[in-house]
Amino acid sequence: MQTTVLSISLLGMLLVTAAFVFAIRNSKQRNDDYGAVSAKAYGIRRWWMITVCAVGIVATVATLTPFPLTASTGDNPRIIKAVSGQWYWQLEDTTATVGEPIQYHVSTVDVNHGFAIYNPNDRIIAQTQAMPGYINKLNVTFTEPGKHLVRCLEYCGLAHHSMIVEIQVSEAN
Amino acid sequence: MSITEATSNSVEDSNTHTKNHLNLVKLYLAIGILVYALMMIAGVALRAAQGASYLDMNPQLFYQIMTLHGAGMVGVTGLAGLAVNWYFLSRHVLLSTKIFLSALLLSLIAVAMIIGSILIGKFAAGWTFLYPLPAKSLGIWSIASAVTFAAGLLVLGVAFLLVYLDMAIAISKKYGNLTRGLGLHMLFGRAPVDTSHPTTVVASSMVIIVNVAGIAVGAVVLIMTIANLISPAIAPDALLMKHLIYFFGHVFINASIYSAITAVYEILPKYTRRPWTVSKPFLAAWFAATFMVMAVYPHHLLMDFAMPPWAAIAGQIISYTSGIPVLVVTAFGGLTLVYRSGIRWDACSSLLVLGLFGWAAGVVPAVIDGMIRVNMVMHNTLWVPGHFHFYLILGMLPMVLGFAAYLTTNGEQGKSNKIPVYIYAAGGITLCMSFLVSGSLSIPRRFAVHQESWQWLGNVGAIAGTTVLVGTLLIALPILFRLPGATLSAAR
Ligand code: HEM
Ligand SMILES: [Cu+2]
Ligand SMILES: [Cu+2]
Repeated sequence: MQTTVLSISLLGMLLVTAAFVFAIRNSKQRNDDYGAVSAKAYGIRRWWMITVCAVGIVATVATLTPFPLTASTGDNPRIIKAVSGQWYWQLEDTTATVGEPIQYHVSTVDVNHGFAIYNPNDRIIAQTQAMPGYINKLNVTFTEPGKHLVRCLEYCGLAHHSMIVEIQVSEAN
Repeated sequence: MSITEATSNSVEDSNTHTKNHLNLVKLYLAIGILVYALMMIAGVALRAAQGASYLDMNPQLFYQIMTLHGAGMVGVTGLAGLAVNWYFLSRHVLLSTKIFLSALLLSLIAVAMIIGSILIGKFAAGWTFLYPLPAKSLGIWSIASAVTFAAGLLVLGVAFLLVYLDMAIAISKKYGNLTRGLGLHMLFGRAPVDTSHPTTVVASSMVIIVNVAGIAVGAVVLIMTIANLISPAIAPDALLMKHLIYFFGHVFINASIYSAITAVYEILPKYTRRPWTVSKPFLAAWFAATFMVMAVYPHHLLMDFAMPPWAAIAGQIISYTSGIPVLVVTAFGGLTLVYRSGIRWDACSSLLVLGLFGWAAGVVPAVIDGMIRVNMVMHNTLWVPGHFHFYLILGMLPMVLGFAAYLTTNGEQGKSNKIPVYIYAAGGITLCMSFLVSGSLSIPRRFAVHQESWQWLGNVGAIAGTTVLVGTLLIALPILFRLPGATLSAAR
C-alpha cells in the first residue's frame, strides 16, 4: 500500500516537473504573438481540466468503494478495549489470531493519543485517534502472524515516542 | 509639500507616503528573512536529532524546539506573505502605514511571548496546542507558560486582523465591497470582464475573507484554551476543539501562500513582457479557492471515527477539488506566460517559477494523503511534514525571496545570481523527499527518538536542510545588504 502511494505521488510530481521543464526549456526564443500562444494554451488547458476531473472521479469511486472505514467489519467481531494515558497503553488482550475479526475500542483517560498498529514489517496497517470523551472503534483482521506494535501517533507530551505496546498475533489452527 | 497637503490633507505628503510604505515592507522582509534563517537552524537540529549521528538532543528539548520551529515558521510565513500582499495592494489602494507598523510591533511582542513561553517556560505542546495537552503536561511546563503561549498567538492574530481590516476598508472604498474586489460581479453578473481589474485585488479579497474567518476561529479556540487552563472546570468538547484548531491552522497557512502568489502575478509579467490579467477562469478559480480553503480542513480529522462517514467522504472530495485551481489555472497560467517569452532567468524569475512549481507539485502528495484509504496508513507519519514542507520550502518561501530579489535589484533584470537558487532547490527537494520516503516507511511525525532503521533518513534530511539553509543565506545575504538602497516604491 505505502509503496503504491509513494510511486503514484512520485509519478504525479514527475508529470508536473515535466510540464515545467518543457516550458522553461522553450522559454528563451520569444514568440511575440502572445495571442496565438495563449489560444493554443487554452485548448490544451481544456483537455488538462477534463483529464484532472476524470482522474478525480475515477480515483474517488475506486478508493471509496467499499467504504474504507467500515469495510473490514466482520461478523460479531471480538471486542478488545484499548485504553491510553500519558504515557502507556492498556490493552484488554494483547494477543490475536490471524483471520479473526477484532474491534478495538480505543479511548483515553487524559489527552489525545493515536492508536496505530504496525505489522511485523514495521508498516502501519490501521489506525485511529484516541480522543477524550470518545470511544473510536477500529476494525482489524490480522493477515499475518508475528509481533505487531502499537505506537502512539498523536503527539501527547514528553514520552510520546516511547508509548508502545506489543500485540502477539498467532497463526490460526 | 504644500500642494499635496492642499489636495489631500488626510494623507501624508505623497513622497514620504511612498517612502514609508517601502521602508516598512523592507523592515518586514529583513526581519522575516532573519527569522526564516534562525528557524531553519532549528529545523536542521530537529532532523539531525532524528538522525542521531550529528546531534544528540534530549526529548524534552526536542519537543520545545519542535514547538518553536512550528510556531516560528507559521508566524513568519504569515508575516512575510502579508508583507508581499500589502506591498502590491498598496499600489492599487491607499493603505495605512501606521496600522502596518503597529501590526509589526504587536507581532514582535507576540514573538517575545511565544519564545519566552517555550525557552523559559518549557512549553512544548506543539504549535497546534491540541486541546487538552497544553493543560496536561505532567509537570513539564507550567499553566502560566501555556497561557503565555496562547496569549502570544492571540496577540499575533490581533495584529493580522488590524491589517486585514485596513485592507478591507481600502478595497471597499475603491471597488464597492470585498465581493466586487473578488470580481464576483464579473464572474456571475452581466458585467463584461474588466481586464484592468488588478489580480492582486482579487487575491487580497480572497485572503481577507478566508483569513479573517480563520483568525476569528483561532481567537475563539485560543480563548477557550486559556479559559480551560485557568479554570479546568471549563472543559470544552475535544472533537469540537480539534475542528476549530485545524480550521484555523489550515486556513492561516494557506492564506499565507495565497498572499505570496501576488508576487508571481505582478512580477512574472514584467519578466515575460506579457500580461497576466483577470479572466473568467481566473475569477472562477479564486472564487472556488475561497470556499475550498475553508472547507478542506476535515482531511485532518479522517481518523476520528466519531465523524460521520459523509463528512469523511466530503473531506476526501474537497481535498481533491481544492488542488484543481492551482494545477489548472495558476500553474498553467504561469507556464503559458513563460513559454516562448524570451524571459531572462535571474534569481528573481527563477525563484518565482520555482515557487509556482513547489505549489503545484506539492498538491500531489497532499491530495493523495487526503484520501481516506491512504490516510489510514499515512496520517501523522512524516508524509504530512513532507507535503507541507514541499509547499512551504519550494512554494511559498521562493515567492517571498523572489519578491525580495525584485525589490533589491530595483526591478532591473539579470542582476541577481541564480546559482544559489539551484542549491536551495536541490536541498529543498531532497529534504522533502527524506520526509515523504519516511512517511511511506510508516515513520511517525513528531518523534524525538527514531529507531535505528529510520535514522539514515534523518541524516539525509539534516544534510539537505543544511543545504537549504546555505542556499537561503546565499540568496538572502545580497538581498539584506542591498535592501536599504531599494527604491521601487510600493504606493503609486
Ligand atoms: C532547512 C529547512 C527546514 C528543515 C530542516 C525543517 C525540519 C523540520 C523537522 C525535522 C520537523 C519535525 C518533523 C517531525 O518529526 O514531525 C519540522 C516541522 C515543521 N516545520 Fe520545518 N523544516 C525546515 C523548514 C521549514 C519551513 C521553511 C517551514 C515553514 C515555512 C517549516 C514549517 C514547519 C512546521 C509547521 C512544522 C510542524 C511542527 C510540528 O509538527 O509541530 N519548516 N521541520
Ligand atoms: Cu500518546
Ligand atoms: Cu503520543
